[in-house]
Amino acid sequence: MFDFGKWTSAFNDLLLGCMPEWAAVLIECVLIAVAILGAYTVLALFYILYERKLCAWFQCRLGPMRVGKWGLLQVFADMFKILIKEIISIKGTDKFLFRLAPFIVITSSVVMLACLPWGNGLQIINFNIGIFFVLAVSSLGVLGILLAGWSSNNKYTLIGAMRSGAQMVSYEISLGLAIITIVVLSGTMNINELVWQQETAWFLFRGHIPAIIAFLIYIVAATAETNRGPFDLPEAEHELVAGYHTEYSGITFGFYYLAEYLNLFIVSGIASLMFLGGWMPLHIPGWDGFNEIMNYIPSVVWFLLKSFFISFVIIWFKWTFPRVRIDQLLAFEWKYLMPLSLANLVLMAVFVALGWHF
Amino acid sequence: MSDIKEILSSICPDVTFTEGGENLLVNVPEKKWHDFALKLRDDRRLGFDVLTAVVGMDWKESVGVIYYLTSTSRGWDILEVKVEAADRKEPYIHTVSDIWKVALFQEREVYDFFGIRFINHPDMRRMFLRNDWVGHPLRKDYDADPKLNPIRLDDEKNEDDSCTYVEDEKGHVKRVPVKVYKPEDYVVNFGPQHPSTHGVMRMRASVDGETITKVDMMSGYIHRGIEKMCESLGYPQILHFTDRMDYMSAHQNRHCLCGCIEKALGLEVPRRAEVIRVMMDELMRISSHLLAFGCTAMDLGATTAFFYGFREREMVLDIFEKTCGARMSMNYNVIGGVIADLHPDFVKDVKEFLRIMPDRLKEYHRVFTGNVIAQNRLKGIGMLPKEDAINYAITGPSGRGSNWSCDCRKVRPYSIYSELKFDEVLESGCDSYARYMVRMREIETSCQILAQLVDNIPEGPIRAMNVPKIIKLPVGHWYYQVEASRGTFGVFIESDGQKTPYRVHFQSPCFNLIGVMDLCCSGHMIADLITIGAALDFVIPDIDR
Amino acid sequence: MAVNIKSMKHEDFKDNEYIDKLVEELNATGANVAVGNLNKLINWGISNSLWPLTFGTSCCAIEFMSLGAARYDMARFGFEVARNSPRQADYIMVQGTIVHRMAPALVRLYEQLAEPKYVIACGGCAVSGGPFKQSYCVVPGVDQILPVDVYIPGCPPRPEAFFYGLMQLQRKIKVQKFFGGINRKQKREEFFAAHPEERGKLS
Repeated sequence: MFDFGKWTSAFNDLLLGCMPEWAAVLIECVLIAVAILGAYTVLALFYILYERKLCAWFQCRLGPMRVGKWGLLQVFADMFKILIKEIISIKGTDKFLFRLAPFIVITSSVVMLACLPWGNGLQIINFNIGIFFVLAVSSLGVLGILLAGWSSNNKYTLIGAMRSGAQMVSYEISLGLAIITIVVLSGTMNINELVWQQETAWFLFRGHIPAIIAFLIYIVAATAETNRGPFDLPEAEHELVAGYHTEYSGITFGFYYLAEYLNLFIVSGIASLMFLGGWMPLHIPGWDGFNEIMNYIPSVVWFLLKSFFISFVIIWFKWTFPRVRIDQLLAFEWKYLMPLSLANLVLMAVFVALGWHF
Repeated sequence: MSDIKEILSSICPDVTFTEGGENLLVNVPEKKWHDFALKLRDDRRLGFDVLTAVVGMDWKESVGVIYYLTSTSRGWDILEVKVEAADRKEPYIHTVSDIWKVALFQEREVYDFFGIRFINHPDMRRMFLRNDWVGHPLRKDYDADPKLNPIRLDDEKNEDDSCTYVEDEKGHVKRVPVKVYKPEDYVVNFGPQHPSTHGVMRMRASVDGETITKVDMMSGYIHRGIEKMCESLGYPQILHFTDRMDYMSAHQNRHCLCGCIEKALGLEVPRRAEVIRVMMDELMRISSHLLAFGCTAMDLGATTAFFYGFREREMVLDIFEKTCGARMSMNYNVIGGVIADLHPDFVKDVKEFLRIMPDRLKEYHRVFTGNVIAQNRLKGIGMLPKEDAINYAITGPSGRGSNWSCDCRKVRPYSIYSELKFDEVLESGCDSYARYMVRMREIETSCQILAQLVDNIPEGPIRAMNVPKIIKLPVGHWYYQVEASRGTFGVFIESDGQKTPYRVHFQSPCFNLIGVMDLCCSGHMIADLITIGAALDFVIPDIDR
Repeated sequence: MAVNIKSMKHEDFKDNEYIDKLVEELNATGANVAVGNLNKLINWGISNSLWPLTFGTSCCAIEFMSLGAARYDMARFGFEVARNSPRQADYIMVQGTIVHRMAPALVRLYEQLAEPKYVIACGGCAVSGGPFKQSYCVVPGVDQILPVDVYIPGCPPRPEAFFYGLMQLQRKIKVQKFFGGINRKQKREEFFAAHPEERGKLS
């Protein structure tokens, strides 16, 4: 497996060789920030096109075709347009919070993006409570949504924000419990270590029954966390016009739009990290030749492909299922999903204690 | 009919009868009307439980209302009741909205058009026109000067202000102001521009958390004044309006108007034309129900099912396009027949459609109906018991979803429906799911009718030979009903023997549907408001006309 | 210099003289190369990403739904992101009759749209009042209350006609000037001069 860490440490040595340490760190920070923001934009644009093409495919349509080859430039056209759209300031809103809200949403998703392990050695920060940090930051996003709904001075946004608050707070529990189930199995919260532990087999296979249940719970809860159908109540188009971001125009709306797609990537990325081995290639114990061939595929490709696959499943949900109602949504979480994930956690603990995993 | 006269005279000796029209017309003095109406409904020998139509009239010397009553227990007999207001300047009539709830909105329409105030009606607001509108447009003395009613771009003021008229013992009528919503109500406004009000309906819902406590339906955002325009146009000219009222039952509506005029003229429509009309009606019904399926799915958030419904709808539209020359607003039926003969491909296309449709229906059920979320969202939502459906005169698939046998094709057969074999679709669920299922099953019924006819289209002329060049109806009034996609569509024509009608009234099925929204939605959640609206499936231009 | 859009050939349009003349007039004043190219880029973006506001009053709205459905699929041109909130939409397509009661709501929707914004009058009723022109409460053409960019006649227009109209709008956008043109901020005093009744209402 190629270790990207060699490149980064070589670059670090190069910088240290010609300047003091603080300058090197500064340059590295700036470079990383630029890289993250670049990756953020590119991924969000890719995801917008990905979803539009996929949904067209589900609906016997073609999707964007005319702007660029196969509509590849469609999202760039959208981006230019949304950048130059007027940002309307509205009478009767809380101006400061109204402007602040989209930045909270986008900041939380950028920070989460920074935690993901992109490839072997391609990770920005690696510390011992990595996955815990991701969970903590992900709950910041709901704050932005609540603020947006409240500060817009609009009844639709308010109802959308309240729904969103109730929904995200509830489903975070199942999401966290599903992740903790895997933490029980692995015994670590360090993202890098989590990946390396899956060298022999992915957690989904190592933990078999409880891991598979946790995976399913995670997918459902992640769909709800990202406000996507069938749990897209906060922006339920047919009830609340556009939900919490009804009053946002131009790039402020664009932030929500981008963050929505990026969050989809992030939850898929975490799913692939926790259950499908992150950037770790598919290894089958005993098949050394096969494992060797798999190692030739770069780790970044593995990570992205796994994430895109899980996103595909979540997008598939959205375009297939009708939307649930708010009381059904909460009943589903508190009456079924959370008890199930608690029971599953116990099950996993028993499996680990008795050594019934691989 | 003679026995009915005796019964009516025994109930109220003051009534007089006018015969010679198509139905028995009872003239009731205004003072006696409310008590008489109560007996009409409750007397076991009469049992007129459905108020089919409320037609406001201006007879120049006086204004008043003609009520069309139907008795479900007496074989759907129609009784006409004429009530005149005493004073033309300040006309008052007692309301019957407490007897037949359907009159709640119908009487508001009459008030809007004719200025007749209904005593004891709880909510006497304008129905279609702005509340600062000057005059009542369907009165013959209406001043149509555009300076009186310019295009106003300011918002309507005092939307919560309503009033009711109360009569004291001495007979003096007093106006009592009423508020629609109290200041402490949290009112969420849906529409007129809203993605799932199916047009420009406006609903103001007061909510408690997410639970709806009351819905106020505000109509008139697409009121085009068709009834008034008809009074200045010749009979062939008014036909095209019907296509643009309920555009999803364009053929049926036009069939109804043509049928009414043909009945008045005593025209015999050639058999080929009748068969073509019925086939077109059924194709239209399929297309409408497919749209309803798609919209219901979309309003529930299952966008993909919508595309499947539209895929098959395009096939129906292709059939229309080949024969009628247009995808929508076909303008196909004319007085005495149809305007053009069938396209040579018609039979082939219909057969192809009938071949694939059963499989596609199964696919819909797999994609959407069987989904557990969809079932949970539809079942037990928007309950409308049979008694309420009858009281609110909810016909069509929505009424049949409440297990009320009200299919005009069965209970008052017109055209060639009495010769056709098909079962009336009934569901006993009384909820949104039942209404949705009636629509899906009616697609099958329509396919069944089409299959019976597609090989048996007789040869012959497509239009009656003896249609006069200039159509003048004899003096009198006529009422004709057909089963449109959303319920029983009725046309009332009053003629004074001129080239233009004296008064035309379209009794649209969707109009009654908005009356039950408050009843169905109260106690449910905001999301259900949309579902209930989708399952009732109203078309706004049909309501507003 | 002709205005070219990808989806339809220049010679297939029926009113090329008009748009060519418009281009000539615009070029006569000249433009800075950098600004001109940036203009072109932005206009390319706007014209290829026209998000409609879902606004339909009657029959034309159903044809608009057909336009979005699989057979006609306006997603091919990137028009499918129909926004329900006027703040996020680019143009309002008036589908159907506008009556007196609806007129204030329509004007309000137009005012809520974020710049740059466009209006398409769709169908006979929106163009001129159509069959209901004689009525007592129908606005005889939305151009009485809104500045209309493109008219699409028909009752209702066929989906092909919708596309033709949308492509006309794309061409119109391609010749607009963004800098110094539509991207001009209206001065407060100019606004009050045009709307004297608003003075005092704004804090």
